[in-house]
Amino acid sequence: MKTFLLNILLSALWVAITGGFSAKNFLVGYILAFMILWFVQGTGEATPYFDKVRAILFFFFFFIWELIKANFRLALDILTPAHRMEPGVIAIPLDVETDAEIVLLSTLITLTPGTLSLHVSRDRKMLFIHAMYIDDPDRFRESVKSGFEHRILELFR
Amino acid sequence: MIFDIFYGILMVIGALFMSLAGLGIIRMPDLYTRISAATKASTLGAAFLLLSVAVKFQEPAIVVRMIAVIFFIALTAPISAHIIGRTAYLTGIPLWEKSKIDEFKEAAQTVMEDEERAAEEGENPMGCL
Repeated sequence: MKTFLLNILLSALWVAITGGFSAKNFLVGYILAFMILWFVQGTGEATPYFDKVRAILFFFFFFIWELIKANFRLALDILTPAHRMEPGVIAIPLDVETDAEIVLLSTLITLTPGTLSLHVSRDRKMLFIHAMYIDDPDRFRESVKSGFEHRILELFR
Repeated sequence: MIFDIFYGILMVIGALFMSLAGLGIIRMPDLYTRISAATKASTLGAAFLLLSVAVKFQEPAIVVRMIAVIFFIALTAPISAHIIGRTAYLTGIPLWEKSKIDEFKEAAQTVMEDEERAAEEGENPMGCL
């Protein structure tokens, strides 16, 4: 958190010195300041900030990739006469615990085409999702757990 | 010039996803797959259309607004899809007959009993049904 504020401060300094008050210039300053802070990180106290930023970036690209992949699969099924899908409702045991993590996980699952979260059990141990492409129930469960859930845990802890 | 081509491409992709969502509603066999097709493809389609507007105008006021709109669509569309899907399941709308597995069946039974008991006691714990 402290490193993040320092990063913002340094980017504001960059904006002030270069005199260009635009979002683009702020972004340039942010990246420069991030690189400088990353370079000198060994000298100060240890901070999870750099791992967090990396996790957020990876998460973002991972999500975009999943979105594109699933959309093409869905498009193929909509545009061709035969139904290739094997839909079903699957229960996924949850490792995420807090409200924010569960909301994020179920929202992401619903946003990915082909999967739809239906219900979270009262004790918050199970998430029931409807999925359109289940080749193998156990493998599907594993792919959600090691994909979205693993990354969300990385992000929040 | 290059931006003209770029925003044109974005707009065509957005329109394609929108029509895909519409076709999906007709083509899919049951309610759950229909929700899947409609919400997701239309969210992505709207995102592409708004992005193309942002690329076209390139003014901070418009770009920021478009990003905010995309953010709120992505935030709210899954919630309505989730509530529709959940209510549909609990009120007994059947899955497609070729569906592979259904692991929600027993849990849904206890959920219904919970809801009924809560309704008799005059509270509404889940806020729907």
